[in-house]
Amino acid sequence: MDYPQIVQYCFAGITVGSIYAIVGIGFNIIYNTTGIINFAQGEFLIVGAMTAISFSQFFPLPVAIGMAILITILLGGLVEITFIRQVRNASILRLIIITIGISILIREAMLHIWDEKVRFLPYFTGTDTSTVTVLGAHISPQVLWVLGVCAVIVLGLTLFFKYTLTGRAMRACADDRMAARLCGINDRWMVTLSFMLSAGIGAIAGCIISPIAQTQYDMGAPLAIKGFTAAILGGLGNSMAAVAAGLFLGLMEAFMVSQFDVAYKEAVSIVILLLILVFRPSGIFGRHEINVLRTM
Amino acid sequence: MKTQFAKILCVVTLGLILGLLGCGKGPEAKPIKVGALFAVTGKASNLGAPEAKTAEMFVNKLNERGGINGQKIQLIVKDTGGTKENAVSMTKQLIEEEQVLAIIGPSTSGETMGIKDICQEAKMILLSCAAAETIVNPVASYVFKTPQKDSDAVKLIYKTMKAKGISKVGIIASNDGFGMAGTVQLQKLAEENGIVIAISESYDGQATDLTDVLTKIKGKDIQAVINWSIVPAQSLVAKNMKQIGLDVPLFQSHGFGNIKYVQAGGEAANGTIFPCGRLLIADVLPDNHPQKAVLTQYKKDYEDQYKEDVSTFGGHAYDAILILTEAIKKAGSPDRDKVRDAIENLSGIVGTAGVFNFSAMDHNGLCMDAFEMLTVKDGKFALYNP
Amino acid sequence: MGFRKYIPVIVTALMVVGLQIVLSLTGATYYLTQITMSAYYALVVIGLCLLMGYAGQVSLGHAGFFAIGGYTSAVLTTCNLIAYRDNSLIAWCGSLGLVTQWTDIYGKDILSFSPWAALAAALLLTSLIAVLIGVSIIHLKGHYLAMATLGFGLIIYRIVLGAQIFGQADGISNVPPFGLFDGLQVNGRLPFRTQNYYIAWVMVITTMMLAINLIDSHIGRALRSIHQNEEAAHSLGVNTYRCKLFTFVLSALIAAAGGIFLTHYNGSIGPSEVTVMKSIRYVAIVAVGGMANLWGALFMGILLNFLSLRGVFGSYDDAVFGAILIGIMLLAPQGLLRKPDFRAVLSFLSKRSHG
Repeated sequence: MDYPQIVQYCFAGITVGSIYAIVGIGFNIIYNTTGIINFAQGEFLIVGAMTAISFSQFFPLPVAIGMAILITILLGGLVEITFIRQVRNASILRLIIITIGISILIREAMLHIWDEKVRFLPYFTGTDTSTVTVLGAHISPQVLWVLGVCAVIVLGLTLFFKYTLTGRAMRACADDRMAARLCGINDRWMVTLSFMLSAGIGAIAGCIISPIAQTQYDMGAPLAIKGFTAAILGGLGNSMAAVAAGLFLGLMEAFMVSQFDVAYKEAVSIVILLLILVFRPSGIFGRHEINVLRTM
Repeated sequence: MKTQFAKILCVVTLGLILGLLGCGKGPEAKPIKVGALFAVTGKASNLGAPEAKTAEMFVNKLNERGGINGQKIQLIVKDTGGTKENAVSMTKQLIEEEQVLAIIGPSTSGETMGIKDICQEAKMILLSCAAAETIVNPVASYVFKTPQKDSDAVKLIYKTMKAKGISKVGIIASNDGFGMAGTVQLQKLAEENGIVIAISESYDGQATDLTDVLTKIKGKDIQAVINWSIVPAQSLVAKNMKQIGLDVPLFQSHGFGNIKYVQAGGEAANGTIFPCGRLLIADVLPDNHPQKAVLTQYKKDYEDQYKEDVSTFGGHAYDAILILTEAIKKAGSPDRDKVRDAIENLSGIVGTAGVFNFSAMDHNGLCMDAFEMLTVKDGKFALYNP
Repeated sequence: MGFRKYIPVIVTALMVVGLQIVLSLTGATYYLTQITMSAYYALVVIGLCLLMGYAGQVSLGHAGFFAIGGYTSAVLTTCNLIAYRDNSLIAWCGSLGLVTQWTDIYGKDILSFSPWAALAAALLLTSLIAVLIGVSIIHLKGHYLAMATLGFGLIIYRIVLGAQIFGQADGISNVPPFGLFDGLQVNGRLPFRTQNYYIAWVMVITTMMLAINLIDSHIGRALRSIHQNEEAAHSLGVNTYRCKLFTFVLSALIAAAGGIFLTHYNGSIGPSEVTVMKSIRYVAIVAVGGMANLWGALFMGILLNFLSLRGVFGSYDDAVFGAILIGIMLLAPQGLLRKPDFRAVLSFLSKRSHG
């Protein structure tokens, strides 16, 4: 492997890795406020991309994407209000099954609203043949978009959770819901908000990846599994660690491909997931909460 | 109380008997039942959906014209979801319960291989719309298929390569039956055609990015890439090749025969070379070409009715029903064994994939000239002229 | 107790026979094909019900065990060893009766492992893998357990899709029938339809009796105590770990047996048997039956699979299962077929009348 090739693999890895990271963050936002793993997280990406594609036939691209994000946010809120809110003290098993059910319903609804065909958004800049040469490697300008937007999302979320009142209220709910409620925080609204927020960033991720990866109604679940792996790898609830873990996972896959058969690329990341689950459930960056997490 | 119940029972029974008699005396002859198994949903829905639409359209048009020999056709479409177990279950349903004359489909090679023996043992005519050569080799007397042979596609690709002076290639294929069968043929025929395969990789139908594997292929210093796939992810190949600066010719299989894949590939798809039936270039065929009339008619009908572009997959279903109806006409009656014999003796049937000439040993009926080498020019299919 | 617990078993057996008689009288015997297939899927559901309802452990990867059984059996009974006929190892296997020679319908001679040998190998492999997986994940809970089992299912799916030997996306076809005893064989062909209906039901009823006895045994009692309060059970000296592991492995073996028999019955197996959706379906069926309700799980397993296999739901097949999952979990988490708790109703009513 020569130098430009290594750079090339790096870019391939970072591109998919940043998407895994965004999905992982989406898991964490909801997990932190509710203790639920939302198995429908992957579907938010596809809903976002699909609506953006439909709107882009009538509106300019930025408007279409904006509207799609809005609709997905509403969908996220709707899911929380109609389903999750109804089962507040349910067992984890019930919650898992409900979110799996939601993911199936959204997916099948997409199959019947759109259809089985593959769709895609146009490239944000340039076309599908334009390339940018970085350090001797050729990449699509869309890759830079993916990296840029992901960085902005991560930065924005950090600022949001650190400096805004709502963000801090959400964090308070994550830490101790009862105490937060006693402080006058409307914890129910915070849960709804967390679903909306994670649906929103899911939609953004779905839109920026659509030109490169294409969009089909059933692509949500595989992305969700990768995102979950990133979230677990970083330690559930730790968004920044999920970013690092997502990138690591992407790079890992890319370099795996350089050495082994592509056919097993997917299995590799799941094996990593299993190993982490078995030996270090608190994630590679995990801290003291092992036992807490295990009994969740 | 008791007598009233008895009265009601009598009336109901009488009504039922009269109703049944009424049905039996209908003026129309009994329709011919034809079963269809397509993966309308699921992973192979890009094949099954246009196939089901085509089959329904064909049968409707036929029935409007009065059917075959005065008998209408009743098409029973079952959605297998692309899964083998459903294909097996539904095949048995069609054979034992519906007692259809013949089965059209399934869409994928895996499903077809799962029901090949069942159909053969039940002496049920199966006209598969899947490509793998194992479907008709070894020949099962009741099993036929309509898509062209993989080996012919491979031969044509290698011929074109030799003309271009290409000898070292990299193969990338989807990990499904189509990609696998193609890879086998590519490897088998490479040596006798003087082609060296430097690397052969397969990818998942749900892949979202192939730059990593293409980078690997780029590192092997090859002169051309052959992509053998039927899944939507294949349009990523063209894009990603351009993006990572892998500037060698891209050869595709006949699985590329869907204008959607060209649109998805965008500019990058231009210059792709692939063997395919003539359906996609029906407009530019010379008027005296034997397939011209059939192709333009099917294309027009399909696009008018469903407002979407035709693909070669729908064409396979068209051919399957066409062959069946021609055979019924020839046999004179919907007797399964007679129809089967008739199919084996059909020749010169102009379908969308080519001109079919069946024989006892050849249950595909197509030869290499069913393929034409095509390319993509300005986002449209065009004849390839070296 | 003793005899009473077998009453539902006897009733079921009578219903099975009755159904066959009714169907053959009405000339609708073709339903038997799908009922037989459903019965094998119901095996998986019974095993999963033991695991989820009684040991309180979710598994989103049970289709993986079904596939390990089915695929192992399929590979061993279809691999053609005819070229190695003179190999001493193969000859030795032959002398033990482990390999058989047969001819497929195209007249090709095939020398492969006998279905009995394949069955043994498949069950052995399943228990090995189940022990390995069980030992590693049994201490996990909640999301972690769900994700680990999901991951296990996905790995099996990827291996099946990636490996040439498993036929990748095409799966394995031409799996020979499984001759159990003289004249009795697991065979999907028409003349064997009624026979196979009974073979499948004997399997189901045997498994049900096994499950009922398990629940009634000390393991069952231990499981119930774990389910109610694991720490308390543990401190009372119940070996929670061993009990859970035993149930996990048993449940995996039942699923594998379902896979083996269905593969021989269908004559083929494909990767669609290992998808996440398939595993989720099993969970959905157990949930509808009422988590800790074996008979409910069995009934729903037969009914829903039967409808699904006949294509009743059309292109809404997956959507139906998704809706069932949400609906049941939201509205009736105890399942649809739960016996109404009369005492609770009575006490509720009496409170009303007093208050």
